[in-house]
Amino acid sequence: MRRSGLVQLSAAAAVAAIALTACSSGGSTELDPNADISEQTLTISTWPEYYSPTLAEDFEAATGVKLNIVHHATNEEGFAKVTASADSGIDIVFLAGNFISVLVEEGLASEIDQNAVPNLENLYPEVRKFAFDPDLKHNVPYAWGTTGLCYREDLVAETPDSWADLLEPAPEAVGKTTLMDDMRWTFIPAQRLLGYSINTTDEAELDEVGAVLKNAAQKSLAFDNTTYGEKLIAGEAVISHGHDGWCNTAASEDPRVSFAMPKEGSDLWVDGMVLLKSSKNREAAHAFMNYILETENQTWLVENLLYNVPNRAAMESLPDELFEKYPALIRDGASLAQMEQIEDVGDAIDIYNRINTEIRAG
Amino acid sequence: MTKPVRSYRSRQTRAVGAILTLGIPGLFLLLFVAVPLGVVLVSAFFKRGRIGGFKPEFTLENFAELTRPVYAQVLGSSLLMSATVTLICLVVAYAAVWAMRTLTPRGRIIALVAILIPFWTSFLIRAYAWMLLLGDAGTINGALQLFGVIETPLRMLYSPEAVILVLVYLYLPLMILPLAASAEGLDSSLGDAARNLGASPWRSFRTVDLPLTLPGALTGAVLVFVPSMSNFVVPDLIGGGRVLLIGNVIQDQFLVARNWPLGSVLALVLLLLLVLLLVAQSMVIRRIQGGSK
Amino acid sequence: MSAPSMSKTGSKVLSRIALALLYIFLYVPIIVVIVMSFNSGRSVLRWEGFSLDWYVKAFSPGPLMSGLQVTLIVALASTAIAVVLGTMLAIGVHRYARGPLARSLATLPAFIPDILLGIGILSMFGLAKAAIGLHSVILAHASFEIAIVAAVLLARLGSMEKSLEEASTNLGASGTTTFMRVVLPQLAPAIVAGAALGFTLSLDEFLMAFFTTSTNSQTLPIQIYSMVRFGVTPEVNALAAVMFVVSLGAVLLAQRIVMPLMFRRKP
Repeated sequence: MRRSGLVQLSAAAAVAAIALTACSSGGSTELDPNADISEQTLTISTWPEYYSPTLAEDFEAATGVKLNIVHHATNEEGFAKVTASADSGIDIVFLAGNFISVLVEEGLASEIDQNAVPNLENLYPEVRKFAFDPDLKHNVPYAWGTTGLCYREDLVAETPDSWADLLEPAPEAVGKTTLMDDMRWTFIPAQRLLGYSINTTDEAELDEVGAVLKNAAQKSLAFDNTTYGEKLIAGEAVISHGHDGWCNTAASEDPRVSFAMPKEGSDLWVDGMVLLKSSKNREAAHAFMNYILETENQTWLVENLLYNVPNRAAMESLPDELFEKYPALIRDGASLAQMEQIEDVGDAIDIYNRINTEIRAG
Repeated sequence: MTKPVRSYRSRQTRAVGAILTLGIPGLFLLLFVAVPLGVVLVSAFFKRGRIGGFKPEFTLENFAELTRPVYAQVLGSSLLMSATVTLICLVVAYAAVWAMRTLTPRGRIIALVAILIPFWTSFLIRAYAWMLLLGDAGTINGALQLFGVIETPLRMLYSPEAVILVLVYLYLPLMILPLAASAEGLDSSLGDAARNLGASPWRSFRTVDLPLTLPGALTGAVLVFVPSMSNFVVPDLIGGGRVLLIGNVIQDQFLVARNWPLGSVLALVLLLLLVLLLVAQSMVIRRIQGGSK
Repeated sequence: MSAPSMSKTGSKVLSRIALALLYIFLYVPIIVVIVMSFNSGRSVLRWEGFSLDWYVKAFSPGPLMSGLQVTLIVALASTAIAVVLGTMLAIGVHRYARGPLARSLATLPAFIPDILLGIGILSMFGLAKAAIGLHSVILAHASFEIAIVAAVLLARLGSMEKSLEEASTNLGASGTTTFMRVVLPQLAPAIVAGAALGFTLSLDEFLMAFFTTSTNSQTLPIQIYSMVRFGVTPEVNALAAVMFVVSLGAVLLAQRIVMPLMFRRKP
């Protein structure tokens, strides 16, 4: 088939690139040009349903590498898994930018041999300037986007346009809202509503944020990162704090679901693939990252999950109708790249953790 | 009965025997129970590592953190919730065991086994089954709407009441079994005697049955109270993240907040509560067994 | 607790109703899950047709089956360790250290909250910078199972007929011979009972495993937890149905074997 042929070509290209690299300089990446990647097994940890259901089979067909996929529901969970012990058994972990920067700081992220991932050129140039990993030394971006209000058009009195619609719900939405479960993202609606930076470390500001969220939690249905789409479709929830991509997916299943950007603004999140230093399957890992960046493979995420990907080649290869139908899908990578990103807050995370506990203690 | 005279050789064999049979398992338990508990105790005084784990530097900041009102609040609501669950289990268990007295001995065994069978299905599946039942789009709401009892679904899931219900469901067998075991030893003639002497059924229950089954009831109470305090799965799945028990907070410290020392401090508090509970239980048992002879 | 003779029938009816309610409460959730396992759709409210697909999915290679494999390995290994060490411990306490302190210490691990042992072992491995994995779960499970086996055996040893043991010694048999030929055979059923109890507890143990596993050693309860967090999972329904049928079958089988034994031997 044309598709697998192209993919096999790319895998071959990757292996060739690896061979070239090893010949050129003894870089810290140390990829073995003679490695038979079909003997390697790759374990990746990512969000459930964040990838094509046939990914493992397709990748094995293309490269001979056996792919083992494990799941994490939140960034915290994924991060905890790869840091809990010296060798977590995971080769590549999908995490958001602020977690990637911590992995890099702690020396757990391997440097990526960019020559072995030639498809990096498919990406928007802006991704190379991101603070969490300048020049893409340690991660390969997978998807990006924002979070906002995911809601049922037919169950709200007015179209929501502010975080207040979520945090101080109108009567028809009381007890029918969901907040995000992934800690830093839980805070965004309140931080934005109060006009604070999403990376603030000021304790007084955060206490205010905590008070708003505590109130909101009491009026909410649940904290939910992964099943709010189903809750909206079932009518259990009316307004959710949702990712643009998941919301689009719910909307494609049920047109009564819609996505709105609150006027106070939101964050830009970037999910990237990080190769861990403890991995023993580096060659297979590079082949995988290159495979994912293949235009055809990356479009799966856009077409099926309706997520934005930082892959310019992929975005531009898609039909215009898709972008007209789902305004949340944006071809203009530069404008997305300008939004504020969540950054690691260092020791101030203790304040966030305490407030997180207080919010949920009801 | 005279003890056989022990020769020097048999004393030696005895010593070897003691070292082997007590020493080897003892070493294992030391390594994998005592040392871990010791680590938890000691790590409560450590600083947190940047991304988890510990920095072995002495500090009291974790205990200071404990004084924040939120932890007292969570501990309080955990105690209250576990006590509620235990009380409900106690009442239901007594009712069940009382009802089983009217069965034949063979019937009683069947009845007890029938209580155990669901218990052997995975505990997670049994908790998850309630999500199917209690959800807005779940079986109970579906049935109620079908029969026209209600029009809009009742909100049952994601509440403290739902968490209590599911905890009772999960731990009820642990209360029924010890209670039934201690009730087996009850001689019905004592109860008959009490009533022949004019006592009402309730009085007979209170003065005869209750004291005699108290050991079983207390065992059951401890078996229910402790796991329901440290359970985090049920508050997570059934509480929707909005019901926070001490088990959740501890788990949180290790896997989300990655503040292991704080988690250790909280776990120590839990251990302290358990010890107090066990001491109280043995004190009560000793009092009633000393009293009613 | 006997019922007063006046309203014996009345209380009998009340008892029957009470028990019926209890069993409805205990079984309805499981029955719903079993019924749903045959529903080709995912929603509890809509029956979309009979299907065995979920059974096929559940028992094909995947997280559930690998979880089952891990769980069985952990249960077998930990029970094996526990039987050996637990028996040794019980005998040691019974022969050499019969006081209440020793008994309590031997059985204490079974009462420690799972979560405490779990984080303890995780912390210990973390401090020693040792990797966690299958071995850490097995060790954690073995720890509490040893206490369980020891507890069961100590109870049995306590009520065992001493006269046989004494007769054997008086007749000149050495301690070891007495042990092997007299004590051990009597202990055998209790050892089996303790092992069975420990094995069963290990199969469904979640909390300890949750803290002490790594990605490549996820037990079945952990896999189920990961799956149900993301909503209704019909494969789990199918697995639940099978587990239920298996435990029902085991009980019925045991009943056919055990009940006649129990009710034949009147004291």
